[in-house]
Amino acid sequence: MSIEARNVTKAFGAFTALRDVSLEVRTGELVALLGPSGSGKTTLLRIIAGLEVPDRGSILFHGEDATDRRVQDRRVGFVFQHYALFRHMSVFENVAFGLRVMPRRARPTRGEIRARVRRLLSLVQLDWLADRYPSQLSGGQRQRVALARALAVEPKVLLLDEPFGALDAKVRQELRRWLRRLHGEINVTGVLVTHDQEEALEVADRVVVMNAGRIEQVGTPEEVFHHPATEFVMNFLGHVNVFHGRVEGDKAFFGALELEYPNGASTGSLAVRGFVRPHDLEIDLQPGETTLVEGQIAHVNAAGPQVKVELATVMGETIHVEITQERYRALGLTCGQRAFVRPREIKVFLGGPPA
Amino acid sequence: MSQAARPDRRKRRILPGFGLSLGFALLYFSLIVLIPLGGLVVKSAGMTWAQFWSTVTAPRVLASYRLSFGASLIGAAINVVFGFVVAWVLVRYRFPLRRFIDALVDLPFALPTAVAGISLTSMYAGNGWIGRFLEPLGIQVAFTPLGVIVALTFIGLPFVVRTVQPVLEDLDAEIEESAASLGANRRQAFVRVILPEVWPALATGFALAFARSLGEYGSIVFIAGNMPMRTEITPLLIVIKLEQYDYAGATALAVVMLAASFILLLLINGLQRWASRRRPVCGD
Repeated sequence: MSIEARNVTKAFGAFTALRDVSLEVRTGELVALLGPSGSGKTTLLRIIAGLEVPDRGSILFHGEDATDRRVQDRRVGFVFQHYALFRHMSVFENVAFGLRVMPRRARPTRGEIRARVRRLLSLVQLDWLADRYPSQLSGGQRQRVALARALAVEPKVLLLDEPFGALDAKVRQELRRWLRRLHGEINVTGVLVTHDQEEALEVADRVVVMNAGRIEQVGTPEEVFHHPATEFVMNFLGHVNVFHGRVEGDKAFFGALELEYPNGASTGSLAVRGFVRPHDLEIDLQPGETTLVEGQIAHVNAAGPQVKVELATVMGETIHVEITQERYRALGLTCGQRAFVRPREIKVFLGGPPA
Repeated sequence: MSQAARPDRRKRRILPGFGLSLGFALLYFSLIVLIPLGGLVVKSAGMTWAQFWSTVTAPRVLASYRLSFGASLIGAAINVVFGFVVAWVLVRYRFPLRRFIDALVDLPFALPTAVAGISLTSMYAGNGWIGRFLEPLGIQVAFTPLGVIVALTFIGLPFVVRTVQPVLEDLDAEIEESAASLGANRRQAFVRVILPEVWPALATGFALAFARSLGEYGSIVFIAGNMPMRTEITPLLIVIKLEQYDYAGATALAVVMLAASFILLLLINGLQRWASRRRPVCGD
């Protein structure tokens, strides 16, 4: 089932959580709402679920206006960050809850309920814990129970509010892959809220980057990562180094470095900022034509697939560079050494340094 | 010597002071509770069994048991319902004067019970502010068992509110939201999700209100009218016996009250433990 939000606005007192947000989620898609806290992503999810009423705008399910439909009638599966399991019920009863509260006509028989709960528990690989209580489970297990419980009523839409936010890094990664696989198995439209860019890029078909109640960019993980539409998106999706420069005509200047800037200002000189990801920077021991800046090696962390190098410039700025292990060995870098930084790719956005 | 002074490793505890604090607790408990109550039993033991039995089963006394226990149970039950509603409103909603009402709840604790009795009596008497509207309907409150129930409801209210309130505050709004998203209507969410969480606290509140009501004297003697066989409570009979220098008779009644309340409280506690054992309390 497709979901559409049309011009949704929502304020809590003086705080505007969503400003005229429109979004379409296609049937069967898994979309991630990504943004810092306070960006409105959870509010949007809760409005889709019917747990929050928008001040203006509407929500459409499958093209039909569902704005005034109650949560109970929307048939959405909602998974909360802190699981929200019923702690006085066993795992089995938690999963069976949605089936037991169905109106008598629609309610499956006891045997059917038992069979369906068993099937769901084995889908989330927890059938051996059916008789336990939530307090006896680990965080990852609780979240899988919550997911099974949400799926029990066969929702057309699955909404996940920071589902892995309260879990430790390793479990989080496992569950991410598992969710990706699960979404492939069951045909459900999914919306996932997260502030973890890695999670969004790994799990989702499309990523919606949100900031201050607005949508900054919608695109595939590849699009938003490699072709960020705004500075905010660039900044939010991983580390970046910022360089200040100027644009004159169709050329951009960063210190001695000159770049083509085809869609630049036709007249005068404008301040611009260049954004470079650490892995798009290269280190040389000698200055070259494309050298962007010079600095001293301040710190080297070689533990990991890439070597992370920090350079201090004469201006006192810190530049983060990631190079391969081979390159690191070939250069033979040591702390305090002078080195030159060269960008492979630089994203230029208009605008001066922040006031 | 040095051998003996070294603490046995197996007996070492992480939290020190167990022996001292337990000793103090027992001594304190004995001085304040056990010895006075023991004295009661000893005093009543001065009677023969036949004397004791005829004292505690006199018709007037039996009627007072009925009123004392019956009115206390009804009052506590009323408080379970309305105390829950008060706690719910105070926890769930934000409205003007909320803090003020919250403070009002404790008043029955603080008010001298005689004052409560006198004001309740004047309100509910045939010419009182409330009584004058009830009288034409044929409802008499003051000087009837109903008045006793009203007074005991007043006395017991804070116990239920104050035991349920923290549990409701602890209750995550998300569990209601998740119940709703799973298709449960308000009634189902309440019965299946909220009630199981608060019912141990409700039982505790009930037990406390009930226990307090059994011992209540001050407010009731004013509103009950103290008519033999109809509106006399057991504590009143004890006082009457004391005024007639019938110390043995007074303690005999006291012993019966004591034993009965103890058994009832034990039952309620057991019920509560049985309920909470059905789910583990550890964890979040």
